[in-house]
Amino acid sequence: MIAQASADSINVAQNVGFWIVGALMIVSALSVVTTKNVVHAALWLVLVLAGAAGQYVLAAAEFVAVSQVLVYIGAVMVLFLFGIMLTRAQIGRERGLNNANWGIGIPVALVLLGLLSWVAIDAFGDQKLPDRGPTPTEDIADGVLSPYLVPFLALSFILLAAAIGAIVLARKD
Amino acid sequence: MLTVNFLLLGAVLFCIGVFGVIARRNAVMVLMSVELILNAVNLNLIAFALLHGAVDGQIFALYVIAVAAAEVGVGLAMVILVYRNRRSISLDELSEMHG
Repeated sequence: MIAQASADSINVAQNVGFWIVGALMIVSALSVVTTKNVVHAALWLVLVLAGAAGQYVLAAAEFVAVSQVLVYIGAVMVLFLFGIMLTRAQIGRERGLNNANWGIGIPVALVLLGLLSWVAIDAFGDQKLPDRGPTPTEDIADGVLSPYLVPFLALSFILLAAAIGAIVLARKD
Repeated sequence: MLTVNFLLLGAVLFCIGVFGVIARRNAVMVLMSVELILNAVNLNLIAFALLHGAVDGQIFALYVIAVAAAEVGVGLAMVILVYRNRRSISLDELSEMHG
């Protein structure tokens, strides 16, 4: 009876959680592109990435959520902080982070947002996501190692090439 | 939960990222905005994986995460190289090639 009711109505707790985390992500993302401090931008980006991991858990994609935390928050953010500190002598507020004609970005972003929202609402207006349990990691492993094996090998090659390329580029001769 | 929730959140993050790519002058900030865009795409992939009950979308999202990590590694190496040669990572000073 309860399962029947929850199957065709909207899960309120899931929705509330989604919009709380979503509002946090939007505010943090706006801070990333508007803050005057490069290090603060990196720390706001951590909040966006953590919020995305939370949304993945809400969407029953636990393995992707854990990978997001490991790769983005663990590794990519450290790279960003290293990049900031190797290229900036001063840590703190600074001027001139924006282009002279940065104002063009606002209408472009708003038009794009209107277009994308219109298309999404027009196509998926009131379609409900099904309630599913956690995705078994075994299924992901089967997918990676049988139908998507060739892209997986290509990806391994990309990572190898990127690692060698980064070393070659950044090496001091 | 509605499918369009995820799509709208992804659209908002994507547009914020596009604004960042257009507006920012610091190369590291542009790379961060690109990360915002890639995360918006991943949200959509995960939402469609849930909608269709298939793991393919999650696998694509994992591949996008791996490519993004490679991209950040090479991108920051290039930024550091530019900084070493020019003492600046302002993108609008890299204008030797304009006609």
